[in-house]
Amino acid sequence: MSAPAPSMFTPAAKAVAEKIGLKMGRANLDEFSATLIELAKANPNLIAVTSDSRGSGKLGPFAQALPKQLVEVGIAEQNLVGITAGLAAAGKKSFGVSPSCFLTARSLEQIKNDICYSDVPATLIGISSGVSYGALGSTHHSLHDFAVLRAINNLTLIAPADNFESREAIRFAAKATKPVFVRFGKAAMFGLHRAETKFEAGKAITLREGDDVAFIGTGETVVHCLLAAEFLATKGLNCRVLSLHTIKPLDAASILRAGRECRAVVTVEEHSVNGGIGEAVASVLMQAGVSVPFRIVGFPDEETVTGAQADIFRHYGISMEGLSKVAAKLVK
Amino acid sequence: MTDRELQLKAVHLRQKTLEAIYEAGAGHTGGGLSCLDILNVLYNRILKVSPETFGSPTRDRYVQSKGHSVEALYAVLADRGYFPEADLKTICHYKSHYVGHPTRHIPGIEMNTGALGHGLPICIGMALAAKMDGAAFRVFTLLGDGELAEGSNWEAAMAAGHYDLDNLTVIIDHNTLQISGHTRDVMSNEPLDEKWRAFGWAVKTVSGHDYAALTEALSQPAEAGKPTCVIANTVKGRGVSFMENVAKWHHGVPSEAELKQALAELAAAEATLKGAL
Repeated sequence: MSAPAPSMFTPAAKAVAEKIGLKMGRANLDEFSATLIELAKANPNLIAVTSDSRGSGKLGPFAQALPKQLVEVGIAEQNLVGITAGLAAAGKKSFGVSPSCFLTARSLEQIKNDICYSDVPATLIGISSGVSYGALGSTHHSLHDFAVLRAINNLTLIAPADNFESREAIRFAAKATKPVFVRFGKAAMFGLHRAETKFEAGKAITLREGDDVAFIGTGETVVHCLLAAEFLATKGLNCRVLSLHTIKPLDAASILRAGRECRAVVTVEEHSVNGGIGEAVASVLMQAGVSVPFRIVGFPDEETVTGAQADIFRHYGISMEGLSKVAAKLVK
Repeated sequence: MTDRELQLKAVHLRQKTLEAIYEAGAGHTGGGLSCLDILNVLYNRILKVSPETFGSPTRDRYVQSKGHSVEALYAVLADRGYFPEADLKTICHYKSHYVGHPTRHIPGIEMNTGALGHGLPICIGMALAAKMDGAAFRVFTLLGDGELAEGSNWEAAMAAGHYDLDNLTVIIDHNTLQISGHTRDVMSNEPLDEKWRAFGWAVKTVSGHDYAALTEALSQPAEAGKPTCVIANTVKGRGVSFMENVAKWHHGVPSEAELKQALAELAAAEATLKGAL
């Protein structure tokens, strides 16, 4: 038996989560799978395409319940994207599901040309993204995907932070008439949103108001931003937290408000510091003439340390403790 | 339309292709001329699609995987009435919709292609969609023989065989030349027929300039339960003596004098054909 995965949260972080009433949900990928089955039962035109990835994509139940709505292409990611595009061009609502590391590198040209340039209403689901595969190493990490996808025209790029955002992102994608890419990790996630929260692609969600430090996070890092903000509140700092679930198109208005109303901005992402949301946010701020103390927390340009996702996050400071330190230093 | 009438049309289409490349100052001359007879047969005899039915979900689909031979495709589409023939003179010009590879901005173009090895996977998606819907439409794609070095073709070839896609036809423009020279020297890919058969395809080999043979090979799937691969043996630069079988005409653009000579040769061919009508 392998050792249990280390926890993503220290006891102190868990205590903060409990204090603010966060409830642990399931993996966003499980939420994706459940939502897709629900949508596919109502829409026989919804087709999932997998590259021997139905297990890692949590689509086993989909395959069992709706075998005629699943196309298996084998371990062939280029073919997966091309077929997903062709299905969409012929009137299907197609979802191509494959690990982000392969999908956004090996088949990047198919994403660019067959989906985005040809402008077909297909959705790609990047599974086990970022460093979700942990100790499997850099072959299985996708720390470049925001950078490459941001530079491709005609794509909505979403990285949900919790089960709610995951569900809403898939519902959005199912209705979209344009290309969409949704990026999922595979860890169980705390629920971050209140029941009345509305999800709109392209609009960041403010999880916490504040005017000292603005944390702008995306995907599975957002929970750490929220915990850091709550921790810093006990130290007298009132921090804002934005879930920047849509990386493209970018919500410039929310970013500019944060930059103008807060004393500092910290961006957080499970991605290389090169070409990710940090540089995107910096670009928005600089071009609007907003100058504010600023830090990008992500993965430095080095061979990634070995470990589980939780180990790697902690190593690079994507944790309540790490982010609190960065933020406090910026406004000291 | 008789074979002879189609051959006469092909002369006109070759003229238009060469004029368009000359006006554009860019283009893919050799491969356009090698696949032109195939396109002529497809659009005038095989494909159940027209400018009026292009939006119909049940139309036949043609995706040109060897997107660089776009000038020939544009010439055929213009001739079929998808857009005015005068538009051919705007190819590659500043702000023209007529890009140097196929785009869906142009009526009659199904998908944006040009990077090689993309057409077949896309067509598999379309053919699967037809099977799912019980629709009778057929899906066709044209691949260059040099293009077959792209590995994505073989991922797709495997999938088409696996899914028994007898509504899918691949046509290989087998002119045996590519930009750097002879395909057998650049990256040998023979025997093509055995390779495709091994992947579960029904294979037919024809002359890509023989209208009767092309029509016969493309009119129906070769075998129930199998995708069809038509290996069309062609001549790169077909129809212009000094362009035939010369690799440099892959993307060579004729000078004014060369265009004049080429058009004169085509005019002579036209006169011969008319004399025989």
